[in-house]
Amino acid sequence: MKKLFAMLLALTMLLSCGAVLAEETAVEAKSEGVMTYAEYAAAEIEAEVVIECYVQATQSWWDNKITVYAADQEGAYFLYELACSEEDAAKLVPGAKIKVTGFKGQWAGEVEVMDATFEFVEGGISYIAEPVDLTALLGTEELVNYQNQLAIFKGMTVEGIEYKNGQPGDDIYVNLSLNGAAYSFCVERYLTDPETAVYKAVGELKAGDVVDVVGFLYWYEGPNTHITSVTAAQ
Amino acid sequence: MSRMLKNVLLLFLCAACLLLTGCHGSQDKSAFEIPAAFDESRTYEITFWAKNDTNITQADLYRKAIEDFQAIYPNIRVNLRLYTDYGRIYNDVITNIATDTTPNVCITYPDHIATYLTGDNCVAPLDGLMTDAKYGLGGSEIRFDAPTKAEIIPQFLAECAFDGHYYAVPYMRSTEACYVNKTFVEKLGFTLPEKLTWDFVWEVSEAATAKDEAGNYLVNGQKTMIPFIYKSTDNMMIQMLRQKGAGYSNQDGQILIFNDTTRELLETVASHVKSGAFSTFKISSYPANFLNAGQCIFAIDSTAGATWMGSQAPLIDIAEDKLVQFETAVMMLPQFDTENPQMISQGPSMCVFNKEDPQEVLASWIFAQYMLTSEVQIAYASTEGYVPVTSKAQESAEYQDYLSRSGEDNDLHYDVKMQATQLLLEHVDDTFVTPVFNGSASLRDAAGQMIEEVTKGVRRKKTVDDAFISNLYDKMISLYRLNLDGSQGSSGGKQELGPLPGTAVTLLSAIGLAWGGIIAYVAVDAAKKRKRVKNNGYH
Repeated sequence: MKKLFAMLLALTMLLSCGAVLAEETAVEAKSEGVMTYAEYAAAEIEAEVVIECYVQATQSWWDNKITVYAADQEGAYFLYELACSEEDAAKLVPGAKIKVTGFKGQWAGEVEVMDATFEFVEGGISYIAEPVDLTALLGTEELVNYQNQLAIFKGMTVEGIEYKNGQPGDDIYVNLSLNGAAYSFCVERYLTDPETAVYKAVGELKAGDVVDVVGFLYWYEGPNTHITSVTAAQ
Repeated sequence: MSRMLKNVLLLFLCAACLLLTGCHGSQDKSAFEIPAAFDESRTYEITFWAKNDTNITQADLYRKAIEDFQAIYPNIRVNLRLYTDYGRIYNDVITNIATDTTPNVCITYPDHIATYLTGDNCVAPLDGLMTDAKYGLGGSEIRFDAPTKAEIIPQFLAECAFDGHYYAVPYMRSTEACYVNKTFVEKLGFTLPEKLTWDFVWEVSEAATAKDEAGNYLVNGQKTMIPFIYKSTDNMMIQMLRQKGAGYSNQDGQILIFNDTTRELLETVASHVKSGAFSTFKISSYPANFLNAGQCIFAIDSTAGATWMGSQAPLIDIAEDKLVQFETAVMMLPQFDTENPQMISQGPSMCVFNKEDPQEVLASWIFAQYMLTSEVQIAYASTEGYVPVTSKAQESAEYQDYLSRSGEDNDLHYDVKMQATQLLLEHVDDTFVTPVFNGSASLRDAAGQMIEEVTKGVRRKKTVDDAFISNLYDKMISLYRLNLDGSQGSSGGKQELGPLPGTAVTLLSAIGLAWGGIIAYVAVDAAKKRKRVKNNGYH
């Protein structure tokens, strides 16, 4: 009986791993009338866009709107204030596949989909992106090509942090440097509120700490990554 | 009807009535009555929701004011919650009205209070509090040097009155200014007039759209130039209509905005969007960032945003290598009739929410009053191009000294900020506010949204013509639930109240059930009577 149970467990694990691997590597074909990421990237600002993507994270729902960090296997999207009921907002969990129709916009350098509506795509795979290491691209013009992707920046030195309102509660502005050049990062409170581990961890950073940071490569007058995790540099 | 069924129905009706009474009690408050004396043997914990302009000095000043106040009234503890967006405060208050967890004191706009007032006795009227001999403005029992009612600038105080009552006190006042890259205006061959006209701004803006063969704008040599950017398009529409003498709304809550003048204004905006001469904050980003990067010539924003404007601004949000040097002129916003200038009066006010405990409300009022002291007023007004709302503060030696030192440094005495302040101080009589009624906040949103929609429409290569604007009117009326004749002003508002709270659902369900029970009882009883009649008839 024990042997049978052990075999069943092993088989379950194997199948699970297989399924996960399949999920990670699968690239679903876009539905009819849906843009590929390349087509989306090539579209002009203000063009109407139709995309399919996977939710990576969301900001807090508010006033029947929700802002979503999304991606597919080719690139990433920032879906600004999607029209969304509170009920649907609860279903926008990481990995969920959605079809979005809206307009491509650009605000302070951030390329986004605005004035958009969405629908859930049933039967698709679930996809959560792994962070891409963009440390070497900091300060280069190439970095913008990865806009909105989940990125990791390694070995960054903390120059200082500043609470937007002078004390915990709102955004945290984080200045990190690498090889003497400074870069702006941000803990966006509507993405990671003061109760989250990352908000608290960033609040405890001291100048001189060396850290690896993961976050969505948001843009505000230049790169301004929204941090989702921070750890001591490996 | 059997006795048993009758009893069941009666029991049900009693239960429904009890349920109704219970809900009623938890939702409605008694009207606030000023206690005869403030009970200082007790301690009070009150919450204050405040707004700052993404300006940490302002945040610090709120904290200092609270600290100073608590030193005077150690039995009143004030918990501060800071926002950087009036809309978020409004939304949170609406949500908290439903759960009876409103703050005690809240920075707000009169338009918003009009919506809050739809909750029974939700906002404390301040008429009695203001004039109370002991605890009123400058009252005998107030432990700090508060202003009297007469020392609040009358225009500013009047903005806080509606339906014949004061529901707020002004906290700070500002208006809008046009921050101009004078260097570029002159480079384009123009000379700034004493007062800007819309024609002048459009003309210069159009001239600034000229490019060289490589696609660089001639005026700045860059790939980006949006000559004219407006931060608050609701103000843009409201002020244009006011200057034109055209309809917007009236005191009865009638909505007059969907008129031919609005149509003409939208067509004008569309034509300048098409040429690339105009955009908005919502579509492009902060006017200050474009202005400071030499990518904008006319940036219209609040005087409370003055510290972000200009090459030497103390607050800068763009990379140093993007900053360009230019001369900044601070001017009144463009006018259609320069002899009769019209500019909006805006800025935060404070309301006090009613609570079950009148002592708590009184404690809140005392704190709100503290925010009107000259010390707080001058300190906060100096953070931006605000003006204090009391003559007591405005006329004080400290404030006069502050004003006299314009340009001494690029921090506290930053000349652009000081000019913005002077603009309002010199033109208080040229300011106006729009009528306040339940739904006026939505009308304001709609006014701005029409400019946004037209701008987006053109940018998205749609034909913006009569049909587009007619459709836009219909869309705005529907989206913002605007009641044009004002007959149902109380229901105006774009999903202002959100989904019904659970207690309301319970209440409404109970009402429904009660009525159902009543009808069932009557129906059964009537049927029984009819049966009797029938039976009698048969006999």
